[in-house]
Amino acid sequence: MSGSLFGRLDDVQDDAGYAADHPPRMGFFTDTSVCIGCKACEVACKEWNDVPEDGISLSGMSYDNTRELGSDTWRHVTFVEKPVTTTDLGLPGMGPPGWDGYESGIPPADDQAAPSGEGGVRWLMSSDVCKHCTHAACLDVCPTGSLFRTEFGTVVVQPDICNGCGYCVPACPYGVIDLREEDGRAFKCTLCYDRLKDGQTPACAQACPTESIQYGEVSELRERAHRRVEELHEKGVDVARLYGADPEDGVGGDGAFFLLLDEPEVYGLPPDPVVTTRDIASMWRHVGAAAAGLAAIGVASFLGGRR
Amino acid sequence: MREQAMVPEPEFESYYGRQIIKSPTWRTPDVPLYLFLGGLAGGSALLAEGAARRGLPTLERVARSAAAAGAAAGTAALIHDLGRPARFLNMLRVLKPTSPLSVGSFILAPFGGLSAAALASHLTGRLPRLGRLAGAGAAALGAPLASYTAALVADTAVPAWHEAYRELPFVFVGSSAQAAGGIAMALVPVDQAAPARRMALAGAAVEIAAAQSIIRRGLVAEPYRTGRPGRLMRAARASALVASALTALGGRNRSVSAVAGLTYAGASAITRFAVFEAGFVSARDPKYTVVPQRDRLAQRATTKV
Repeated sequence: MSGSLFGRLDDVQDDAGYAADHPPRMGFFTDTSVCIGCKACEVACKEWNDVPEDGISLSGMSYDNTRELGSDTWRHVTFVEKPVTTTDLGLPGMGPPGWDGYESGIPPADDQAAPSGEGGVRWLMSSDVCKHCTHAACLDVCPTGSLFRTEFGTVVVQPDICNGCGYCVPACPYGVIDLREEDGRAFKCTLCYDRLKDGQTPACAQACPTESIQYGEVSELRERAHRRVEELHEKGVDVARLYGADPEDGVGGDGAFFLLLDEPEVYGLPPDPVVTTRDIASMWRHVGAAAAGLAAIGVASFLGGRR
Repeated sequence: MREQAMVPEPEFESYYGRQIIKSPTWRTPDVPLYLFLGGLAGGSALLAEGAARRGLPTLERVARSAAAAGAAAGTAALIHDLGRPARFLNMLRVLKPTSPLSVGSFILAPFGGLSAAALASHLTGRLPRLGRLAGAGAAALGAPLASYTAALVADTAVPAWHEAYRELPFVFVGSSAQAAGGIAMALVPVDQAAPARRMALAGAAVEIAAAQSIIRRGLVAEPYRTGRPGRLMRAARASALVASALTALGGRNRSVSAVAGLTYAGASAITRFAVFEAGFVSARDPKYTVVPQRDRLAQRATTKV
């Protein structure tokens, strides 16, 4: 174990101090190419984890009225509506299979298309969740030790220790964790720590009707994800790409990673997140130099006369 | 418009324009006020130690008071900002070098105790040796107390804070020296205030230089140049320059010294609020998260080829 801050790390539990016989690292592979936006994951998560209601209001921007991950939203289904591009990327679109879109001017075979006047729209849906980073900024900056690495390699808040300092909130490069206002403490996805301990599947993955959310050993999920991307590329879905699956990326790879059909920022994800504590040694060096400078100013202020 | 954009607005995609990272939950004025008070306390502890050694009793009393009061009020502001204030002692549950808030708690807690003990001993005349020892301890922790808060804000995903992690410690110690020197200038007779004047002057120079080196940077420094934080940054610089001019020209006049000192302290406080707000601006707009990361990816792609 070394407590490493950045770069590839093949055994996060060992790095966190667990004995060699710890269970394998568990995580999610969310394949957004088969997400149908049913939000069963959001509901199942709320029910199982007893997450409070967080306001019933319409966002007005899309079918996404949940808006974002937060203290009371641990799974969040994004709905991206973009005008159809002229090249057919073979993406799930509107109308029956084989119909080449509104550009052709040919209406779909049946009447299920959107009413006329509505432009062609491509829908992307994705169930977002805490990434359970290999190098987790929230965990690194937590001053109380409330956030910890579990034996499954996941990152979990201990509510009996959290004092609501809020440091984890701006530290997260994905904007996942937040303070629950009426409670004062920080909350986020636990990857159903309680269910994992009983050998069960997390609630969201169990509820997902299309197997868009897949739960399993991270190493196995990564292989599965790479096979899925290849399969989609062979089918002509060139836009398919993995997000968070690279153990060499800025957070050492995510424990919960994704297959996306567009750029990450289109889904509200940062395109190249880096754990802030990568730079902590340099930060302390600069702080030290500045402190020495201030001490020198202090000493120098008393040199010389009383003028 | 003073600050015209030199480059066209960068194009980028986002999820309905929503912010990507979360805005800090730290409240105004609690946290920027703490940044100011912690800086005032740290710099004042240094002044107090020097004054004790040089035999400047009024300067010593004022500086010891500022150190103890700054630490106490700053601690109160920090605890008030907690979601669960009753659990503030959990801050001392573990010591984590990756968490500036943890390290800072282990600086602030002993500093608070030592500066209070030093002041109590100085005012009552009791246990003078222990009091001096406590004062020396507070002075040793003073500079770290004034500078660690830069790492506190920089060790986040907030673009305007993180990307300025090299310069912010110097901005903050400069601000600290201005605050400590300025308060002493305002409250100490001029014949004992020479060290305070020198400290404030040096602090202003350091802060202005460090702040300018942040402001000169590209998109990531835009929040420091534009909008409300931009106006605050300019106000802080102007105040520091005015206070320095007053000090240089009339620092040995009691009234001028008092006005200059308060202006220094004001400049220091405004800087803290400006930096704090710039962070919020950069967190709210996905541009500051997406565009630099996109540039980074593009750069990596070209170097790979």
